Amino acid sequence: MAVREGLLALLDDGRRHGYQLKTEFEQATGGVWPLNVGQVYTTLERLERDGLVAVADDNGQKSYELTASGREELGAWWQAVPVDDPPPRDELMLKMLMAIEHGADHALAVITRHRTALLALLQLRRRERRDDAARPDDLAAALVSDALVVRAEADLRWLDLCESRLAARKEVT
Amino acid sequence: MNTSPPILEFVDAVKSFGRGETEVYALRGINLAVAPGELLAVMGPSGCGKSTLLHLAGGLEAPSAGQVRVDGRNLGDLSAEDLATLRRRDVGYVFQRLNLVPSLTAVENVMLPLELDGRSARQARQAAIAALNTLGLSHHLDRYPDDFSGGQQQRIAIARAIVGERRLLLADEPTGSLDTLNSDQIVEMLAALPRQFGTAVVLVTHEPRFASYADRVVFLRDGVVVDETPRPLADTPAALAGVG
Repeated sequence: MAVREGLLALLDDGRRHGYQLKTEFEQATGGVWPLNVGQVYTTLERLERDGLVAVADDNGQKSYELTASGREELGAWWQAVPVDDPPPRDELMLKMLMAIEHGADHALAVITRHRTALLALLQLRRRERRDDAARPDDLAAALVSDALVVRAEADLRWLDLCESRLAARKEVT
Repeated sequence: MNTSPPILEFVDAVKSFGRGETEVYALRGINLAVAPGELLAVMGPSGCGKSTLLHLAGGLEAPSAGQVRVDGRNLGDLSAEDLATLRRRDVGYVFQRLNLVPSLTAVENVMLPLELDGRSARQARQAAIAALNTLGLSHHLDRYPDDFSGGQQQRIAIARAIVGERRLLLADEPTGSLDTLNSDQIVEMLAALPRQFGTAVVLVTHEPRFASYADRVVFLRDGVVVDETPRPLADTPAALAGVG
């Protein structure tokens, strides 16, 4: 779904070919979001069907540009904020909620395992950053790396809260 | 992989407070080894035994059972005098509270452990200035701690903890009183010490971001090590070049 909006955002800069869109999307996302060409063309066909992009023949090659509706749709996407989204349904949360049903000790074991893995992930990212220090100009890659790090940190904080709440409940009972 | 004998080792170390029905266990059988030049982070919820672990490592408290060894020496076998010498020469501490002496200048604070150890004022001053320079402090070293920002004061405290080539640095939530930017800088400086000088660092923290600098992270719960991250397989030359 975000691929759709990503393509609209790239087309906001002007007319593009399908393969050009694939390449620019991958560059803009720091190489962590590879697209296959088929996925790009399927998305473009849907955007055309919905009247959000127009197709033109460019020396026998299809090229795409935003329509007025496409520009409007893109504007609405920039305006939308996370509070408009449905509540998150991520797997870690589901796993913890299920683990608690199996008893505090089981839940603590799940917390321990996930915490260690997330910390190992943070350590890995830190080492990668040290290795990447030679090319500080790749802003997209740096931003993606930051996002992955802060999400892992957020998960770790949440696991700490889970443990504190479990400990508090254990003391009460 | 570092195969040197550990600089710090806990062998079935137990620490309890009180007796009989009121006895409370802070640590219940810790087995842990820290290699020279290793940065180990210790994490865990409040009351899990993190700070007690550091107190035992520095000989500030004795284990109720088991052993704590620094550089192969069982701290329980050392006389009070030998223990004091070990604390002055081999082990440095950095706390959340800075514990700088307000009536001594920055450089005098850092000279203190060396002077207590009998070094001449000239030698102590040279070593203190070198340690402060390592921490990025080279100006106004004859000013008093209050003249420095919180981040700079913590750097003075770290310089005091590493001066004289101490081989083990124990840091207990060293960024607790600092803002984010200063905290990051302090942890980066601590993380560089193992590779710069071969100092082993044990960092107690509740911040995953800071723990991620460590070669290894151990997790304590109710006085027991419940898990640890694996040691890195190898430090790449690029990784080594990137630190310091």
